[in-house]
This record gives sequence, structure tokens and C-alpha cells, in this order.
Amino acid sequence: MATALKNSPSGAATKQSAARASSRANVASSRNRNVRGITVVRAATIRRPAAELYAFWRKLENLMQVIKHPVTITSKSENESHWSVSAPANQRVEWDAVIVDDERDRMISWRSQPGAQVENAGSVRFEAAPGDEGTEVTVSLEYDPPGGRLGAAIAKLTRDSASSQVYDALRRFKALMEAGEIPTIEGQPAGGPQRPRKGRK
Amino acid sequence: MKALVWMGKKNVEVQEVEDPRILNPRDCIVKITSTAICGSDIHLYNGYIPTLEKGDILGHEFMGDVVEIGPKVKKLKVGDRVVVPFTIACGNKCSHCMRQQFSVCDNTNPNWHIAETMMGFSPAGIFGYSHMTGGYAGGQAQYARVPHADVGPIKIENDLSDDKVLFLSDIFPTGYMAAENCEIVPGRSVVAVWGCGPVGQFAIRSAFLLGAAKVIAIDSLPERRAMAEAAGAVTIDSGMDVMEELKALTGGRGPDASIDAVGMEAHGSAYDQVKQTLKMETDRPFALRQAIRCTRKAGVVSVPGVYGGLLDKVPFGSAMNKGLTFKMGQTHMQKYMRPLLKLIEDEKIDPSFVITHRVPLTKADKAYPMFVEKRDECIKVVLDPAA
Repeated sequence: MATALKNSPSGAATKQSAARASSRANVASSRNRNVRGITVVRAATIRRPAAELYAFWRKLENLMQVIKHPVTITSKSENESHWSVSAPANQRVEWDAVIVDDERDRMISWRSQPGAQVENAGSVRFEAAPGDEGTEVTVSLEYDPPGGRLGAAIAKLTRDSASSQVYDALRRFKALMEAGEIPTIEGQPAGGPQRPRKGRK
Repeated sequence: MKALVWMGKKNVEVQEVEDPRILNPRDCIVKITSTAICGSDIHLYNGYIPTLEKGDILGHEFMGDVVEIGPKVKKLKVGDRVVVPFTIACGNKCSHCMRQQFSVCDNTNPNWHIAETMMGFSPAGIFGYSHMTGGYAGGQAQYARVPHADVGPIKIENDLSDDKVLFLSDIFPTGYMAAENCEIVPGRSVVAVWGCGPVGQFAIRSAFLLGAAKVIAIDSLPERRAMAEAAGAVTIDSGMDVMEELKALTGGRGPDASIDAVGMEAHGSAYDQVKQTLKMETDRPFALRQAIRCTRKAGVVSVPGVYGGLLDKVPFGSAMNKGLTFKMGQTHMQKYMRPLLKLIEDEKIDPSFVITHRVPLTKADKAYPMFVEKRDECIKVVLDPAA
């Protein structure tokens, strides 16, 4: 797992030079320069063929299995989808997304349609890892955080940031594709203050 | 069911809790017939392992009968008698499991973010050993849920008693891997073992099984040294000048390999007691420091003892300039259980030697302080969940 979280300065020229400065930032597609704000890059190596990982991801509804945060994803056409994410105070954040680049077994990139509540754009790449390690999956997400940078800073503090959500989704994706299931302890027994007791010994 | 629950520092209770159920398709439920308290549970009991929560069920050495299986379990069936390893692994699916590095499996710790924050990368999930390693409910209970049931649990298909096979769950493989890590040259290597608790005892016997010419065991407690001597080890009271004693016993060379079977709560250093109490360091690495200094040039330091965080004043200059090799880690259980079961079946070792106390699970809360304070010459406690 690797992380890069940075606040991109606004302005396309500065942004492009920042992207050149870091090879990792290159995965953030420069065609998304209309989205200002935060760039998140996360990577995981998954010991499955790129074709299999790509096929899972290309069926966008599948992502609901790996995104832990409550989200509803509905495909509207081959390339268009509707996203609805729950937000604090019973709010929902919604947007339409369109796939803007689709290279079979190699990469998918998307961006939000005009009118999105949170403008965002992103890509996922599937590249062969060295030797028998499998496939390096790199997700890049750019978004304009609600409440601007201050909102993002607060979100980061509570771990409820896009960065940790992308990260968590990637880890869960890896477990599901490799081990066939996502590890969990939700619903297991516990004693004392964690759960109402049936009675004392 | 009844389970031993951690309720805070030096405070455990036997409580009535819900029975476990299948949560993932590769889970099974085991009705526990024997379970044990591990030396590493002392670190939990004393509150030195971060991310343990009040209400957590402890225990990671257990065996029993399979009473329920998930829909994707293929090898195990209801009624099978199994020993369950303390680390949880996905099998040969991730690149670490593929290389038999099962204790650092990528896919079994649901709290990978906690582990990665503390350690950089996340090791495998472990039963009953804090939320940093998954928060899995432990096996000091009447039932346990076991994920990846086809990977971990090993079937016992003969009439070997629980006492003989129970310790395949942790301490026998852990002692064995510690000895294997010493790169023993049969007939020549001298191995020194710090700590004659249960893991130390199995490390001593494993070193002999692997051909060590001499094993020197170091502990402060006479009953533990006596148990080590029964296996053929020469012993040193840790209150003596250990370096000088070791030199005298090795013709001045020092041991070719050293095993730190003590870990983070070593005794003998007031400096560390104070710093740990003041939370200025998380671990008391007294045994490790001594092992590093005493090991022969170009030798090996093998660490099965559990460390939790940050260590102070580790003589790294000694390690570097002497050209030492360090080998360590939680045990790659799934690699060792089958060959070690064979050793038990072939009567090369009877692991039940280490048991000193048998206690009903309902009295486990009393057994903890006895074991932690080493009262009544207590070395290993086996708990009976049915009693």
C-alpha cells in the first residue's frame, strides 16, 4: 500500500508542473485538470491476473462490495453511472459519472458530469508487478472536498477522508480477489462493556 | 457460552457471552475441548499491548471439535477433531502465504489500518490478541469461530490425547521455528536460550531435535531451569554474570545462536521497569540486549519473544560490528503444524511435559494471576472448557 495525499494548487500550469515533479502523480490523469482540490493515490499488489481485476472493476456495481462506506452505484449506460454516498447528518452526496477512458485489462478513468455536488475524477490502472507478485493496482482520485480544504482537513482527522476510503476499498478488493472473502469480526461474541451480557457467571 | 474476558489491566473475568456464529463462507465453529494460557497473554493481562479493548475474549491456544462449517469449507467436516493455529492465514492466495510466510498473510487482519499505522505494514490476524491484529475473539472459551478453516486447523485423526497435541496451536511450532532460525549445524552449534517458560522449553527441545551440540538455558526460576535440565540443557541463573558464564561454557566463543524467548517484559533491569511504567518505552528488552552482547561473532539472534513497540538502548553497534543475523516473527504456523504432529506421532517428543496446572475455564480468572506471578511453580496452565 502506498499513499500520496497532497493539496494541489489551483491553476492548470502549476498543477501540471506538480504532476511532472512526481511520477506517482502522473497516474492522476492530466485531463482532469478542471477538478481542483485534493489528489489521492493508493496502490495495492493483488496476486490475480489484470484481466480478472479489470473485469471486476469495469462492472461498477461490484465496487459496492469493496467500498465500506454506504454507497449506491447504478449503471445508466455502458459508460455512465450514478453515485450516491451517505454523508454526515443524514445527507447524501450524489453525482453522475462518465467513463472517459477505457483500456481493456489496463486502465479505466472517469470523471463526474457537470452539476455534481462533489466534483471528482479518477483512474484505476492494472500493471504487471515484477516476477510472480501479481498485478499492481493503482487508484488515483481527485476531488473538490465539500467545505474546501478546511473540510478536507477535518475529514482527514476523522479518518473519514477519501484517502482512507480509497485505501480501505483497495484492501478489501485485494482480500476479496485473492482470498475470496473480506476479513471481518462484525457479529462475533464479546464480553463486558462491548455487548449486553446474558448474565454473570 | 462461557469465555475469559479482559476487563482492564490485571483484570479478567469469566463471563457468559453469545455463542460465535459463521460470519464468512470459509469459517468454521469449533467446540473447544482444551485451551491454554500463553506467556504472551501476560502482556495482554498487564495492559502492555495497545488496542486491546475491555470485553475482548482472550486465548489463542485451543483445539476441539468442528460443530459447524461455512458453505465454502471443503476439507473439514462437522465432527472433525482439530488443533487451531494462533495466526490466521488465507492459504496460498497472497504472495506471503505462497512463500509460506503465513504469519504475515495479507488478507486476514480486518484492522490493517491500525497495524499499518503502528508497524508500517500489517501482519496476519491473530486470535484473542488485541485489535491491532484483527480483534478476533479468542479461544479461552467454550466455542470459537475460526476463519479460513481449510487453511489453519489441522485434523487429528488418531487417538493422541489433547495434552499431546494442544501445543501445536502455538508454543511447540513457535519454539521450533525459533530453533530452526538458529541455522543449527548438527553436532557443532551451541544455542543459548533466554527464558525457560513454555516457548523456551520447546525451543530447547527443538534445538536438540535439530542437532545442537549444546543448549544453554537462562532463567531466574529454579523449577524452570530444572525442566530445561530434564531436556539435557545446561542452565544459568539469570542473576549471575550471564556473559562470563556463557563464555566459560563455550570455550570463550559465546553461543553460535541466541534465542530470546522472553520478549517485552523481561525482568532484571530497573531502568526499563521505570521507563515502561512511565510509558517512556513500550518494551523492556533486557533479555534481547543481553542476547545481542553474548552471541558469538557472525552468529544468529532468533526472537520468538513478543515485542509490541519501541525498544530503548538496543546495542545495535554490537550487533553490527559482530555481523549478527536477526531472525524473528510471529510463527508461520501452517508451515510447521503437520511436520511437528509427525514428530509427536513418532514419539520423538511428548509436548505434555510442560503442563503444570489444570484449571476449569470457570476459574481461569484465578489462574491468570497465578501464572503471571509464577506462583506455585506454575509454568503452563491448561483450561478445561467443560469443567
